[in-house]
Amino acid sequence: MTAMLEVSVWRGREEGAFVSYAVPARRSQTVLDVITHIQRRLDASLSYRFACRVGMCGSCAMTVNGKPQWTCRAPVSEVAPSGKLTIQPLRNLKVIKDLSVDMTTFFDKWARAGGAFKPALGRPTAGVGGDFAAVKPASRARRAADAAIECIGCGVCYAACDVAAWNRDYLGPAALNRAWSLVNDVRDGARRERLAAIAGDAGCYACHSQQGCTEHCPKHLNPTASIAGLKRASAWAWLTGKP
Amino acid sequence: MMKGHRDHPAYWAFAVHRLSGLVLALFLPVHFYFLGRAIKGAAALDGVIAWTDNPLAKVAEAGLVILLTAHLTGGVRLLAVEFLPWRDWQKTLIVLTGGLSLGAGLLFLINAV
Repeated sequence: MTAMLEVSVWRGREEGAFVSYAVPARRSQTVLDVITHIQRRLDASLSYRFACRVGMCGSCAMTVNGKPQWTCRAPVSEVAPSGKLTIQPLRNLKVIKDLSVDMTTFFDKWARAGGAFKPALGRPTAGVGGDFAAVKPASRARRAADAAIECIGCGVCYAACDVAAWNRDYLGPAALNRAWSLVNDVRDGARRERLAAIAGDAGCYACHSQQGCTEHCPKHLNPTASIAGLKRASAWAWLTGKP
Repeated sequence: MMKGHRDHPAYWAFAVHRLSGLVLALFLPVHFYFLGRAIKGAAALDGVIAWTDNPLAKVAEAGLVILLTAHLTGGVRLLAVEFLPWRDWQKTLIVLTGGLSLGAGLLFLINAV
């Protein structure tokens, strides 16, 4: 007889309830496999989101046994050795239905944190209208930008963050991490505006360094370090009057 | 039970720092109130000081010493996180703050006995 997993899945919106499903346990099974089994074999009305299945697109993040994580690369054997799974939508974001959350606020905050690259026109490093920008891979700024750049926008850090839960306006670890990556980009020309955007009450100074973001990031990025960098950069800019 | 997303050392460190800060803030008015009694004469203050010689008060004082060190070392840890370039030994720092706090409390108790 096949061993069965006990899976409890959130059904509904902000109001709703857990529904239990029995899913056959398989070898090398991921949490996403479990949810897909439920949706294809047991209840076609279950809503959830995924695309690439290989940890690149950042769309399948959920709360699994109380922890925010990506589900496509989360083996059931590691996440729930007991065979009991509780699956909920990501915290701190509005639930659309079941396991799908509305990511609008999350990405709007990236825009508010100055998350878009603005080329420094006319500067030799800009790489616009001339040759490619020459940025030495070993330079300090390049390495700092590199450390923050692999974000897939899955929202796990945002769901893990208590400050984001306490202060609805808080830009959040992902948006601030993105801003830090651009602050270190020598080709960028919007440093002043970006530092102003992230220095407010809902910006980097709201962070309590609880490091939930760093603890849970599936890409092993360190938004806490990025936010600390922003605190230093913006405080320095304020003290010296120079961005 | 602590919620899953909070179950990691940096969050515990945050919680200890916040709680120790709150308890110390509550203790300070009491501390100043008793110190203030000195204004009314040495006898009033001496009465309080004599009372603190009982073992229960000593244990409570050791608790205060632990809270004070925990808050101090926790604050230094936060300053290190925010002002120094990132170090990967954050968890070691957290353990150090806990060890120093408990050590200080123990030293106080040894001296008190």
